[in-house]
Amino acid sequence: MIWNEHVETMSRDEMHALQSERLRDTVERVYQNVEFYRSKMQALGIEPGDIKTIDDIVKLPFTTKKDLRDNYPFKICAAPQSEFVRIHASSGTTGKPTAVPHTRKDLDMFAECVARSICCAGGSREDTIQVSYGYGLFTGGLGLHDGATRLGAGVIPASSGNTANQLTLMKDFRPTILACTPSYAMFLAEALAEEGTKPEDLALKIGIFGAEPWSAEMRAKIEAGLGITAHDIYGLSEIMGPGVSCTCEHRNGLHICEDHFYPEILDPDTLQPVGDNVVGELTFTHLTKEAMPLLRYRTRDLSSLDHSPCECGRTSVRMARIIGRSDDMLIIRGVNVFPSQIESVLLEVPEASPNYVIIVDRKGTLDTIEVQVELNPDYMTDSVTEMEEIRKKIKQKLDSVLRIGVILTLAEHKTITRSQGKAKRVIDRRKI
Amino acid sequence: MKIKQISVFVQNEPGRLLEFTDVLNKAGINMTSLNLADVTDYGIVRVIVDDTEKAASVLKENKYNVIVNELLCVDVSDKPGALHEILVKLADNDLNISYMYGFSKGGHASLVLKVNDLEKAIAALQ
Repeated sequence: MIWNEHVETMSRDEMHALQSERLRDTVERVYQNVEFYRSKMQALGIEPGDIKTIDDIVKLPFTTKKDLRDNYPFKICAAPQSEFVRIHASSGTTGKPTAVPHTRKDLDMFAECVARSICCAGGSREDTIQVSYGYGLFTGGLGLHDGATRLGAGVIPASSGNTANQLTLMKDFRPTILACTPSYAMFLAEALAEEGTKPEDLALKIGIFGAEPWSAEMRAKIEAGLGITAHDIYGLSEIMGPGVSCTCEHRNGLHICEDHFYPEILDPDTLQPVGDNVVGELTFTHLTKEAMPLLRYRTRDLSSLDHSPCECGRTSVRMARIIGRSDDMLIIRGVNVFPSQIESVLLEVPEASPNYVIIVDRKGTLDTIEVQVELNPDYMTDSVTEMEEIRKKIKQKLDSVLRIGVILTLAEHKTITRSQGKAKRVIDRRKI
Repeated sequence: MKIKQISVFVQNEPGRLLEFTDVLNKAGINMTSLNLADVTDYGIVRVIVDDTEKAASVLKENKYNVIVNELLCVDVSDKPGALHEILVKLADNDLNISYMYGFSKGGHASLVLKVNDLEKAIAALQ
């Protein structure tokens, strides 16, 4: 079923008109309320009146993650804090997160987009959804929760972790949809097999998975292990969270809620928009966001667009599943990790040297991140106890900044220079 | 008496100890004792050598993390109760031992002890 038939099946001309009207409104609002955008537009010699249709979007300035950091926490917002009803955040460098506030209307839009996504994946109000995304600052848990509630489906707010409990809920409450990260879905499938529960003993039929990259092979394994059809949901907290786009039953790209988020694909070198089916950097412009509308936000995710009509009846543009990143960001168990964050922590801890290697691996089904670091020679000790204290100190600092558990290994100088090769700081052994 | 010990950080992997001893060997340094304290993924090798300064310098040149400490070295006769006597004296003076190692040969034993107050330990044993 199509949740919002009017918008999701409107003609391309109608969509163009709707997007144009909403872009004009958004540009006017950020120009009036956000110093960052006003000065950027003035520097480019443009005014809100220069934006007449959605095609004029190419005249507008870009926004990057750095711009969000520089304007932390709320300087890039177009609404006062009194209008915020929820503030989400994603991890940032040296402990400072990126703040993403939402007004009441923003949360309504979020729930609307997630409701569309669940329907797109084949769900309806008849379904019961086990939300095994983390609840908290991360948008996954609350995002799916609100969207499923909007749809009228039953919600089991399981959050992530406590695998034994997750399995009990699946068996006893008989959810028909599971929403979580693909690696956690894989983990749950294996845990089920281990305890001897067969997929047919469960009521699951649909999986809605996102927040980290996964391969077709992994999808096939999850589908077999849980007896479901697995769907891709895409989102990022800066834009909204999950529900920016989702696959339909044809699973030939993810339908974007383009009446709220206008997508562009840019050539990574020239930053000029490219045509359909050409891979480049995915960029979104908010068309309806109130709290923190962003113009041409560069996601760094690599994808392509396809405006051709889909057999499902939706006319919305589809994006290809994410094929990689145009920067060095790693996604570990759904958490975004930048090598620069690790480096800045190591520079802050005197016992550590800035000589390090990051090794990302997939042990079983869960991603692991190991940081091998060389000890600062000034802190060399003959005591194992003191050495362990140093190791724990560095680990705790990294864990708190990255918001994920790392394996911290103290290493000899030669190990790091050996594996480093030509300043290669990151070794990703995952096969995805 | 006091004795100088060199401690070096090594990873717990095949061949790492060999690489370390090879550095000392090539510099013509003789080891009097070697003690290896291991955790899981790394260990601390503690050695007493004939030329501490030279050994520390060649190890640093080879990018090892090195620390030189002064430890307590005690010679005792190789008979029952000899170690006990030493430990009683240290305990009576509220001295703590964080690690020790030793060997005996030909009726004579040498003990190397890391204590929390070296000067006090020497005085206690005199």
